[in-house]
Amino acid sequence: MSDNGCGFPAPGLQSFLFKPLATVGGFEFNKVMLLALVTTVLVIAFFWAAFGKAKVVPGKLQMVGEAGYDFVRRGIVYETLGKREGEKYVPFMVSLFFFIWIMNIWSVIPLAQFPVASVIAFPMVLAAIVYITWVALTFKKHGFVGFFKNVTGYDKSLGAVLPLVMVIEFFSNLLVRPFTHAVRLFANMFAGHLMLVMFTVASWYLLNSWLVVGAGVSFVMTIAMILFELFVQAVQAYVFVLLACSYIQGALAEHH
Amino acid sequence: MIANLAQLAAEETEQNPLLPAGPELLIGTIAFAIVFFFFWKKLLPNINKVLEERRAAIEGGIEEADAMKVEAQSVLEQYKAQLAEARHEAARLRQEAQEQGAALIAEMRAEGQRQREEIVAAGHAQIDADRKAAASALRQDVGKLATDLAGKLVGESLEDHARQSRVIDRFLDELEEKAEATR
Repeated sequence: MSDNGCGFPAPGLQSFLFKPLATVGGFEFNKVMLLALVTTVLVIAFFWAAFGKAKVVPGKLQMVGEAGYDFVRRGIVYETLGKREGEKYVPFMVSLFFFIWIMNIWSVIPLAQFPVASVIAFPMVLAAIVYITWVALTFKKHGFVGFFKNVTGYDKSLGAVLPLVMVIEFFSNLLVRPFTHAVRLFANMFAGHLMLVMFTVASWYLLNSWLVVGAGVSFVMTIAMILFELFVQAVQAYVFVLLACSYIQGALAEHH
Repeated sequence: MIANLAQLAAEETEQNPLLPAGPELLIGTIAFAIVFFFFWKKLLPNINKVLEERRAAIEGGIEEADAMKVEAQSVLEQYKAQLAEARHEAARLRQEAQEQGAALIAEMRAEGQRQREEIVAAGHAQIDADRKAAASALRQDVGKLATDLAGKLVGESLEDHARQSRVIDRFLDELEEKAEATR
């Protein structure tokens, strides 16, 4: 785009790079890390305020917190794993959901304006924790041979295509799945951020060009994208947790 | 800002967005671990306890209401049983009274009948006795009058007592036969 000489600085990968805010002993601390840590503080602060001195008759803040907690617990964990099996994983899933959601919301917060999950390292860490949990649970539940049967979808009734299915399942479950789990969240946030930057920069650029009307259109698009992103941020947090639950359910499932 | 970004882009054109940076992995892990730790150890046990208490309070209320309902039911049953018993007792007493009354009436009626019969019998006996007395007195008087009249007419006293009574008896028998015939 910028090659044709109009001078529009199209946003690209450079939008996802930050100069270190501080360097401590060779460790470069940048804006994304800061936002990740502020996410931690915010999530804990909110739920501490809501649940720290929880009452049987809840206040407003506690009611909001309970609604969020109940959404993850009943809406996701109980739905997939059931109440009895799922109870153990509720803290994990609740942490995942709110951590991811707030990390995403930074995308539309003035001054921050960057979704932490659009940096691959963060979704990767979370997907890795889910992956390790899933592998460990499958080993614990089914043993060594059972683990491979579970992972490869071993089923004698498939007959001749069984080897093919096993190879596909093995790659799908053990190698591709953690990758897609992380990248799904990453790519959504990455693309969303790119769109927001694009329309924001275009608004500014067009305002200073002869196509002033275009600036208005672009600005309206920016607002629309912000609303759309708010929706996508919540959905991606939900999907990530839902997938985590369904993986764990697969680990806990009995043999075919 | 735009100039900055362009400069950055010029500096690092070789970056791959799918390759994570080590420090970010570390910070991500720590950030999530802290969130998880707080939820796991403090916040969710806190809220779960309260939710459990709330559930217990609500269920306690429901249980109390249930218990009261059961009690009310049992009291109602008791009242109903007592009422039925009272009704039964009243009916029994009424029946008894009726029977006693009927027996009393029958007894009195029998007594009255007996007394009436007694009176009637006594009356009959009295009448019989009176008639007998009247008949014998009449027989004597009629016999005497007849013999006197006959003596006056014949002029001779029918003193022979045996003959006299034979004549009288015959006369009276004839009278009775006549009476019998006219009856």
